[in-house]
Amino acid sequence: MLNKIWFSSFVFVALLSASNTVVASDDVNVYSYRQPFLVKPLFDKFTQETGIKVNVVFAKKGMAERLSREGEYSPADILLTTDISRLIELQEQDLLQPATSTELSTAIPAQFKASDDTWYALTTRVRNIYSAKRLGKIDFNYEDLADKKWQGKICTRSGKHPYNVALVASMIAEHGEADTLTWLQKVKANLARKPQGSDRAQVQAIHQSLCDVSLGNSYYFGNMLNDDKQKVWAEAVYINFPNQGNRGAHVNISGMAMAKYAPNKANALALMNFLVSVPAQKMYAETNMEYPVRPGVTPSTLVASWGQFKADDLALETIAKHRKAALILLDKAQFDL
Amino acid sequence: MNIGNKSTSWRFFSWFFAIALVTPIVVMLVASINVSSELFDHLWATVLPEYIRNTLVLGILVAVLSLCFGVPAAALISQTNIVMAKQLRWLLMLPLAMPAYLVAYLYTDLFDYAGPVQRLLRAWFGWQAPSDYYFFDIRTIGGAAIVIALVLFPYVYMLTRTAFEQQDRNLLRASRLLGCTERQSFYQVALPLARPAIAVSLALVTMETLADFATVQYFAVNTLTTAIYDTWLGYGDFAAANALASVLMLFILFAVVAEQRARAGQRHQSSRPNTQQQRKQLSVSQQIFASIFCWFLVFAGFLLPMSLLLVMAVDYADYPQFLTLMATGKNSLKIATYSATIATLIALMLALFQRLHQSSSRMLPMQISGFGYAIPGTVLAMAMLATFGPLDHMINDVAKAFGFTAPGLILSGTVFAIVFAFVVRFSAIANGTINAGLGQIPKSLDLAPASLGVKTVPAILRVHLPLLKSSMLVAWLLVFVEAMKELPAVLLLRPFNFETLSTQIYQLISDERLEQGALGAILIVLFGLLPIIFLNRQKDSK
Repeated sequence: MLNKIWFSSFVFVALLSASNTVVASDDVNVYSYRQPFLVKPLFDKFTQETGIKVNVVFAKKGMAERLSREGEYSPADILLTTDISRLIELQEQDLLQPATSTELSTAIPAQFKASDDTWYALTTRVRNIYSAKRLGKIDFNYEDLADKKWQGKICTRSGKHPYNVALVASMIAEHGEADTLTWLQKVKANLARKPQGSDRAQVQAIHQSLCDVSLGNSYYFGNMLNDDKQKVWAEAVYINFPNQGNRGAHVNISGMAMAKYAPNKANALALMNFLVSVPAQKMYAETNMEYPVRPGVTPSTLVASWGQFKADDLALETIAKHRKAALILLDKAQFDL
Repeated sequence: MNIGNKSTSWRFFSWFFAIALVTPIVVMLVASINVSSELFDHLWATVLPEYIRNTLVLGILVAVLSLCFGVPAAALISQTNIVMAKQLRWLLMLPLAMPAYLVAYLYTDLFDYAGPVQRLLRAWFGWQAPSDYYFFDIRTIGGAAIVIALVLFPYVYMLTRTAFEQQDRNLLRASRLLGCTERQSFYQVALPLARPAIAVSLALVTMETLADFATVQYFAVNTLTTAIYDTWLGYGDFAAANALASVLMLFILFAVVAEQRARAGQRHQSSRPNTQQQRKQLSVSQQIFASIFCWFLVFAGFLLPMSLLLVMAVDYADYPQFLTLMATGKNSLKIATYSATIATLIALMLALFQRLHQSSSRMLPMQISGFGYAIPGTVLAMAMLATFGPLDHMINDVAKAFGFTAPGLILSGTVFAIVFAFVVRFSAIANGTINAGLGQIPKSLDLAPASLGVKTVPAILRVHLPLLKSSMLVAWLLVFVEAMKELPAVLLLRPFNFETLSTQIYQLISDERLEQGALGAILIVLFGLLPIIFLNRQKDSK
């Protein structure tokens, strides 16, 4: 009897795994760092136009690790990520393959794609400085955050968050490691509270007068304005594009890449072509209030109303290159402690 | 009792499952061997000492607070005539149904500077800035410890109360006859007798606290788990992350060993449970104080967070939300049911093996299979990929060599990986529960079938299984609830198009939009209530 029990447990487990494997070959499989509500409308449209079904796994942590463990048997075709460092990480671990088409090469300018065609940017986002409306309009440089006059007035999320790490990396590219460390230490001394919460929570804190200034990505401003509860937070701040008098505001990207062992290559390329098409670019940028990468496609009216700005033209690869140094400096400054 | 020697398959399967459950941990340890010392030196010179200090302080604070919440509550319910004892008895278990990360989010949101409580105070008193008044900072180690203790103390309460109730009343009477006052007999007899139960529950509480990441993150408290995530996801150093995880496991192993040593002293089996004992009559002031204490715990640990969720749900829930909830809820139910069933069966096999088999190493399978409880979910998920990835490759290579189409990632890319991870992680709970149930069955019953001339395994099972039925159900329910709540492992291991209640809530929380997930959160809590209702009914029917 006992043997029977254990045997049936085995069968149970076998059935359990069998029932969940097979993904049909006329599909395209996406590993996404991006949230479902952002990408689902696009994928629905793609399926509608081409008949190709899109399967998605969404995860922020460990996607590269999963992909590399799966190796040649990975079902993933397309990777959708935010942050340039993640794309470079995938590229450096040799998890991507080049993807080319006339559509891709006409749509995406050279500065927004890998030189070996392994990844393409889809949208850009700015690391803005938000400031309380009660202070009036101010022109900021990121360097100003180290100024003593902001003592006890700055809020930010964890320094280790990829968005902040990329900003610190761009500071290293501009000023070198030693000066960036000093900058970090001074910014830390100016913080109103320990780094915590999300970019939105910092704007909420400004709304409540806990601090006057915070770091945050551009699209959160639009998303907060479109949220019943968070609208009042966003209305309490100005969105500032830093360093307009010099190198320009720090810009990061969200992007896509084709997995090295993509089993449905043709479908994957079709999806990539679709994502850079004018309507998709418009839609992708609008659902999350980002800036489309394709020249000629305008951002949403709301985003456009924040005005033109000068973006730092630092090469994306350079930001990724300084990423590790940025992490080490953040530890050295004990930024999050 | 010599039954086991005949059933080698029993022994084989016990070891097989125990080894299977411990394999991911071994893989993790092996991966940590080639760790580079450079990164470690850097971490050690900068942030690691603080992380370790925070981890220790948090672990100790939560343990002490759970003790201060759980033991007095247990004593009041089991030994005094506190008003509404019958209701409080189960109300005090309710916080167990709340996922810690959810309560953490609700409380940080509530008591934060920008939260409703402080906003209200500022509006009332006309304060303008943080410098105008003092309000405790919720996002500190202290804040984290209080909130974590509020949801974990029921472990201490439940086990300690049971211990008090099962104490031999003759021992207490004897102490009174020998001249002890009521107070002395409590502190010198009842409390020491309950010590093993308190130790077991504290070990559970500590393990859960140390392996936690999501909860402490809301409090901006950096612990060893933060370092694990930083080294792995930030520095991309899997080996170093594993090494840190191994250090964390050492901490937890320490808790486990302490717990087992404590339990080893528990040879005291009562045949005369303490149900009829004379309850201490509380004076009016004592009564008021005791009631405030118990009701505060119920309120802060369950009623308040639950009401907050209900208010959000009323404001934001709509029909489409309900429909998606049905779909994701089904996935949650599926993986939780699989995990609970498998974990309970394995625990049953290992517990019976430990009790009845003759081999000298019969204790080992059960002991090693419980280690997984100590591993943070994401690290465990990584270990699963590292374990089943190569296996999957082998299967596919073999299939291709024989001319079949490659079956794909049938282990690491499916629900199998999630369920396996859950079984690894929650086996400790099932093991403990079933083992405790087995402990209630007198050893003499092991011999009963033999005395009738029957020596087979089925005969033993016919005696033991019916007696274990309720422990099995409790074990099943506890694992089921934990599996419903679990987040990090399922986040990383899930297959395509697979959402669960916890992943959905997580996504909304990360955008400060819990309101829209309130309905799902309530559903998780309601499922969490099931074992509590069951445990309560079981007690009443006795």
